[in-house]
Amino acid sequence: MELKRVVVTGLGAITPLGNSIDELWNNLINGVSGAAPITRFDTTNFKTKFACEVKNYNSNDYFDRKEARKLDMFAQFALIAAEQAVQDSGIDLESIDLDEVGVIWGAGIGGIQTFTEEVRAFVTGNGTPRFNPFFIPKMIGDIAAGHISMKFGFRGPNYNTVSACASSTNAIGDAYNLIRLGKTKVFVTGGSEAAICEAGVGGFNAMQALSTRNEDASTASRPFDKDRDGFVMGEGGASLILEEYEHAVARGAKIYCEVIGSGMTADAHHLTAPHPEGLGAKNVMKMALKDNDTKPEDIDYINVHGTSTPRGDIAETLAIKEVFGEHAYNLNISSTKSMTGHLLGAAGAIESIACILAIKNSIVPPTINHFTDDPEIDPKLNMTYHKAEKREVKAALSNTFGFGGHNASIIFKAI
Amino acid sequence: MSDIASRVKAIIVDKLGVDETEVTPEASFTNDLGADSLDTVELIMEFEKEFNIAIPDDQAENIGTVGDAISYIEENAK
Repeated sequence: MELKRVVVTGLGAITPLGNSIDELWNNLINGVSGAAPITRFDTTNFKTKFACEVKNYNSNDYFDRKEARKLDMFAQFALIAAEQAVQDSGIDLESIDLDEVGVIWGAGIGGIQTFTEEVRAFVTGNGTPRFNPFFIPKMIGDIAAGHISMKFGFRGPNYNTVSACASSTNAIGDAYNLIRLGKTKVFVTGGSEAAICEAGVGGFNAMQALSTRNEDASTASRPFDKDRDGFVMGEGGASLILEEYEHAVARGAKIYCEVIGSGMTADAHHLTAPHPEGLGAKNVMKMALKDNDTKPEDIDYINVHGTSTPRGDIAETLAIKEVFGEHAYNLNISSTKSMTGHLLGAAGAIESIACILAIKNSIVPPTINHFTDDPEIDPKLNMTYHKAEKREVKAALSNTFGFGGHNASIIFKAI
Repeated sequence: MSDIASRVKAIIVDKLGVDETEVTPEASFTNDLGADSLDTVELIMEFEKEFNIAIPDDQAENIGTVGDAISYIEENAK
């Protein structure tokens, strides 16, 4: 059986760096930080008091009040990003076969704020279980995919992938593979997360995963810097339209690039710590390259997971050196989390968009906030520090790794 | 309009996002005001909270209109 080719035909995003693709890209290539003091709750007693929030977000700008009440913010971000992507793709909802459009979304956590509110109301009440009937359908992680299908009438495969911070890369990978197999012509894919709330920040603080550089929030996300002290939480949604190549050509769609590889592996090592030599990370990049016999030398840019945690950043660079050999030094590498913060389950989607636009615009977005080299990170690797670099990007790879030891990679190629 | 009626209407306007003029005594939650089954459950819960009463499920089933809700609460609220 001949596998189908898969292309990207639409993008959408609502992020800490802007609520449209143009605004996001402009801020990415200008090295803007999205970090600022948290506005969503009182952080007085919290170790971390800043994050990368979606700025000036008001759900009433996008949803009527009744609709918004039934949507956790992670689902609101999903619907906003997906709608932008569907519009950008130029898909005609009247003429397209709605059975041939699926939705695979990636949310690692889901409605944690909704969960918190409902449980708080119960434990502070008189013991009568007065849970809201919308509690469960607001909270469950799969509901974003469900809402997108209902909004547009897309009746193809529909589910959510959960692999922590690799979730949306797994979603994009699944969409790619199902189109390759000829199961479905078009997918709305991507991811969203909204965990900047007491339970989200407090929970990650308890794991010592978050930066506590409260006095200097905008430089706190500093991947590969010697003094990095944890990740900075982000939130938002990012969406891609994946489409079977012939289908896209037949309808005269604008094509951003082709998807040419996906990988998914496990570390099988530890709950939260990466394998010290980056074994799972190495295997996942190799698996993604193998899909289309892509040679390491064909890749020009890697958007790394690079969360700014002490051990993760080292393991990932070791894995890159092992997979790419001498070519590792020819690559542009960057962690756009230095600007966007870590969007958890949505990280893979927003970083895939960074790869796709790097290919389209021949510019590699930078890793900002580099002050001191880490002796454990090879200084010959080009981390694209400080400033975006002009470069023809023929192919770009995005890595994401999640707690639980999940690794996922995806490769985009110019067409 | 009684105090109970105005409080009931305020809850309906808030939860169903409808205009106050639509909330007439004859208006059916599901047929006229766009509520689905989960919305109806939520409304009943809000009435219970607001008026500090418990509405048993078999009674709740009979509350289909704004007027049904107002009369039930007028009879049962302390």
